[in-house]
Amino acid sequence: MSFNYEQSFTIQGGNFTDAGEVSVFIKKTLQKMGIPSEILRRVAIATYESEINIISYAKAGVIYIRVTPENIIINIDDEGPGIENIELAMRAGYSTADEKIREMGFGAGMGIPNIINCSDDFTLTSEVSKGTHLKIIINISTN
Amino acid sequence: MTLFDIIDILDAKVLVGRDRLNMEVKTAFSADLLSDVLAFAKAGSLLLTGLTNPQIVRTSSILDIAAIVLVRGKVAPDETLRLADELDIPILSTRYILFETSGRLYEHGIKGCVEKVGRDDYVSL
Amino acid sequence: MKLSHIAKELKFKIKCGEELLERDVSGGYVGDLLSDVMANSKKGNLWITRQTHQNIVAVASLKDLAGIVLVQGKEPDADALEKASIEGIPILVTELSSFDVAGKLYILLS
Repeated sequence: MSFNYEQSFTIQGGNFTDAGEVSVFIKKTLQKMGIPSEILRRVAIATYESEINIISYAKAGVIYIRVTPENIIINIDDEGPGIENIELAMRAGYSTADEKIREMGFGAGMGIPNIINCSDDFTLTSEVSKGTHLKIIINISTN
Repeated sequence: MTLFDIIDILDAKVLVGRDRLNMEVKTAFSADLLSDVLAFAKAGSLLLTGLTNPQIVRTSSILDIAAIVLVRGKVAPDETLRLADELDIPILSTRYILFETSGRLYEHGIKGCVEKVGRDDYVSL
Repeated sequence: MKLSHIAKELKFKIKCGEELLERDVSGGYVGDLLSDVMANSKKGNLWITRQTHQNIVAVASLKDLAGIVLVQGKEPDADALEKASIEGIPILVTELSSFDVAGKLYILLS
């Protein structure tokens, strides 16, 4: 099966109402393409947590996804406060979430650790007062 | 068992999905933290939760969760119900607390489920 | 029912409060949102959660809960453990999921 797809999605910061919409769309699209369910799950976690992060903390962000026969590449770029301490952000349980985010059921500090857990390759860079960039690669392979 | 049976066991109300009650479920996952649902809930399970925002519906859709059971008599806002209708995910509501809801379902043979996703080396404090 | 009996039957690992297990358990409470547990749990409840940070100890203490059970093999944070030892709150760990341990506890208490 030959996979070939790419698309960009813009997400508005603070738009909690539509949170998850992009991830649902991506999942359905990839599902129709025949991507195996284990991979779909990992993509879902990566995109959903990223979407929530953009909405929770940034002014706006872009999720770009590219599917090739070998792998799925997800680039996330946001315009926002950036992450002050990347090492802390990568720790399970560390959260800077406010009450609104916690009430939604997020903000447990598992977003980035969960994304890392799903990635075969993961890069995170950030500049305070500018924004954050994540690159996630998930391999589509027969192990 | 079907959602009909679940409704009986939990004395539940149907908020969305009156036409899907024949659906079979065998497993359940309870959570109020959506990150955990994303990471651990198995496709085809019931999601038991006290959260009522649209996120529970989107999360369920992404994970192919069979149906949502709201506990403690919670009633979801319109936007959640509309989304559930659109994404075809039944929502039930029971007056029991999450502990008792879990207990009653467990007693009747529903099993817990934990999906293993990705690698296992969580970075932890 | 004594917490010691429950811990034995359900094969919990005891992380702290071993000397406090003779207390009675009034029921179970499952929840991860602290505001919810604060509002709705009852005195003597055994609290089942996946939250591992030190705030769980304050909640358990304020609500006079019998103890805290962490699910899916989660370990309490170091400062949670320390606080629990000081406050006298037993922390136990189960490998089971929240649903399964609640189910088993429910049957045990019935």
